[in-house]
Amino acid sequence: MRTLNVEQIEDLVYRLARRAGVTIAEDCLSALVRAEREETGAAKFALGTVLQNAEIAQATQMPVCQDTGMTAVFLELGQDVALTGGLLQDAVNAGVRRAYADGNFRKSICDPLTRVNTGDNTPAHLHVEIVAGDGVRVRLLPKGFGSENMSAVCMLTPAEGREGVLRAIVETVKKAGSRPCPPVVVGVGIGGSFDGCTLLAKKALFRDLGSKNPREDVASIEEEALARINALGIGAQGFGGKITALKVLCEVAPTHIAGLPVAVNIQCHCVRHEEGTL
Amino acid sequence: MKRIALPLSKAERGALHAGECVLLSGTIYTARDCAHKRIFALLDAKKTTPFPLENAFIYYAGPCPAPAGKASGSCGPTTSARMNSFAPRLLDLGLGGMIGKGEMSAEVVAALKRNGGVYFAAIGGAGALYGNAVKHSECVAFPDLLSEAVYRFEVEDFPLVVAIDAAGNSIYANLPPADPRG
Repeated sequence: MRTLNVEQIEDLVYRLARRAGVTIAEDCLSALVRAEREETGAAKFALGTVLQNAEIAQATQMPVCQDTGMTAVFLELGQDVALTGGLLQDAVNAGVRRAYADGNFRKSICDPLTRVNTGDNTPAHLHVEIVAGDGVRVRLLPKGFGSENMSAVCMLTPAEGREGVLRAIVETVKKAGSRPCPPVVVGVGIGGSFDGCTLLAKKALFRDLGSKNPREDVASIEEEALARINALGIGAQGFGGKITALKVLCEVAPTHIAGLPVAVNIQCHCVRHEEGTL
Repeated sequence: MKRIALPLSKAERGALHAGECVLLSGTIYTARDCAHKRIFALLDAKKTTPFPLENAFIYYAGPCPAPAGKASGSCGPTTSARMNSFAPRLLDLGLGGMIGKGEMSAEVVAALKRNGGVYFAAIGGAGALYGNAVKHSECVAFPDLLSEAVYRFEVEDFPLVVAIDAAGNSIYANLPPADPRG
């Protein structure tokens, strides 16, 4: 059994959050460079501005986007680790609190009804998975709400099948139009339950944009959905163009014989995620 | 690239066309969801608004805190559609227009046309760039709302696209309509 003080988790969360706030993921940046080359007019102008912004953010260490998001933290905890020094959720919140204060990040978390801001961007949205071994892996994703607001869960019937899944993905992006800051990345959870599919969809957003699902039938949905989305012509910022999405990332899990849940989690072009291990 | 400076007269606004890329300088005011609600409460109570609406431009934005030595933190636009229900009344009261991101409703397009207003799209996700283009910032109302307070910004060379012009032409006109089954 390995003992680990939760202060180490707090420090890791702090470092990941600071870096994520000011950095667009490398794979996303490359996809944006390719998109800028392909587009013309206002869409090209928008993508050029986005690329220029990424450089300014790195140089000034100012957040790439002022929406520094709700902090989603996916933590894999080895079952041979004994945590000491306090509660895990408190440690994660402490890391977020410190990062958002020191980094001059916006505090965007508030009561849903009174709208009173918690003032420190906590609580973080923590998901813990118990895994084999004595390690800890932390993956962190500050999720902006312009795109989160445009996400959807569709409880399809088994009869709707593959075509239903494709329609759910494409319609969600179509309905979102210019609002989620296209070109978007689309995380899709297929199967599981009402809540399970949403978690799959969010987890999918951590995948490399150059990757494809190892299951061939799932990879073909990713490919076809992307082609149909890019045929919509929404383009960067809704200004019209060929690139409305950079990538569709699908994850699957077994579901009930009566259902086909599909969650579509939209991510703006500001893909920010970091990971580290202890 | 065309450079424009605020304040813009109605005639100058009328000369802008949807799709044009511009660099804008001058005074703008930030306001988003909560600030709009409060401004509407002031208007309903016949009280003075935090800034004169006549010819003013509202920037739908909620900045990050300013780092030492900067006027503003990261400050890109937020989704304008959430302000669809607020914009027409403000335009009818003389507002020159808005800066935000994404499409706005048919009612907003009609109000822009009726009043000769213009709606600019800033580039969503370019917060650091816009934050650096803010040269002076002052909180003029609702400081308890933190990033959602109303700030007066002096900005220099904000890269913008004329999204909906005073004639009602919209860069978003060709967005596909959503499938009602979806």
